[in-house]
Amino acid sequence: MDWSILQQYGPGLLSGFGTTILCWLLGTVFGMALGLVLALAQRYGARWLNRVIQVYVEIIRGTPFLVQLFVLYYGGPLVGLRLDALPAGLLGLTVYGSPYFAEIFRSGFRAVPHGQIEAARAIGMTEASIVRRILLPLGLVSSLPALVNFSIILTKETVILSIITVPELMYQVQRMSTETFRYLEANLVLALFFWALVEAISNAGRWLEARITKHLVERT
Amino acid sequence: MVSASSVEIRKVNKHYGTFHALKDIDLVIPPGKVTCLIGPSGSGKSTLLRCVNFLEEYDSGEVLIDGTMIGYEAPGKKMPGRKLREMRRSIGMVFQQFNLWPHMTARENVAEGLIRVRGLSKSEAHRRAADALAKVGLADKMANHPSRLSGGQQQRVAIARAIAMEPRLMLFDEPTSALDPELVGEVLNVMKTLASEGMTMVVVTHEMGFAAHVADQVVFMEKGELVGVDSPDRILHHPEDARIQSFLRTYHERNSF
Repeated sequence: MDWSILQQYGPGLLSGFGTTILCWLLGTVFGMALGLVLALAQRYGARWLNRVIQVYVEIIRGTPFLVQLFVLYYGGPLVGLRLDALPAGLLGLTVYGSPYFAEIFRSGFRAVPHGQIEAARAIGMTEASIVRRILLPLGLVSSLPALVNFSIILTKETVILSIITVPELMYQVQRMSTETFRYLEANLVLALFFWALVEAISNAGRWLEARITKHLVERT
Repeated sequence: MVSASSVEIRKVNKHYGTFHALKDIDLVIPPGKVTCLIGPSGSGKSTLLRCVNFLEEYDSGEVLIDGTMIGYEAPGKKMPGRKLREMRRSIGMVFQQFNLWPHMTARENVAEGLIRVRGLSKSEAHRRAADALAKVGLADKMANHPSRLSGGQQQRVAIARAIAMEPRLMLFDEPTSALDPELVGEVLNVMKTLASEGMTMVVVTHEMGFAAHVADQVVFMEKGELVGVDSPDRILHHPEDARIQSFLRTYHERNSF
């Protein structure tokens, strides 16, 4: 192995890692937001809306991310949707993650005991207040482990963005590999970066979970 | 003390699919009195109680709170949510499973309705929440989350949460059934205090002692039917109906040793 090559490619790899983190972070945040809206619409929306969402969920979950990206990036211009690689990648990640996040939130909401919702109705709280004050805080807490888990899965989906030329880490690693034939070194760097990112996310998740469930767990 | 509500239930029916849960129930709950609903499990007493604040929708008949029908504007026509919420503001409810909000302290649980529903400022709501908690003997537990309270304490917080809204009617759905036996007394004592203040109370209970000593009238239900309404003495000590006799016999057998 020859690590001296990193002197030349280090800055590119670092910037690729930065782009990876950016894509992951924004894709996760937007995907979660869209998923939350979908889950709330499923819970409170009309029946037809529920069906539309169900179809959306089935289509997105039933097709590979790669295919979705191709349709978006190469097929989009045919219907007037012309996006640069990075925005297309972010939109792709958002759409791809949203149905999974929606399902996570849906089951999180279902984990909120119905009696606690009824107690709020019984004192005359509006449904909007109930969502904001009871359903969301408690539903999010029970969703948290699954949210963290899926966010970790999403980190690794970002490598697919390299195929539509988003300059993230995989893209940089491939460039380094093909220019220098240092496949092993390049991919070890890739693995190391991902390992660090995933460790950081799961530690943050554990910390957050411990913090917000402090008062919810019965202590003996 | 604010004025107390009366409840009138007229020919109320309720089905779950093909199961006839409430059959032509007629019942008058006088203001300022304690009415206990007793009967075997599955007799419909909790369902009837939940129809009074429309947590349970009845299929036909009328439930009138101070003369105003709850849930429907006319038979078959639901009342708008805003009107329903307005009626619920003056009806407190206490549940078997307490149903406190676990992410809030005792004080926040009690203040929540005052802030969101009554529109009080946070400081005023917290002041009144403190008063309500003091009334149920929990002045020193205000900052605790439900997870740090015993079952009896949680149920007293739930009672405080209801009475802080200054209801004219209180519904209790088996308030002591989920409690360890040694914690039942503290909850019943709070309820006795409320009763003595002239609150209209409807209590679904298996505590025959409470029914005997505190109730003004006792209602016996079985299989969705209202079998008898009378004074506690007549229902619990001198029942004429064979179904009530049989229920009480079972109750006494189970509670003797």
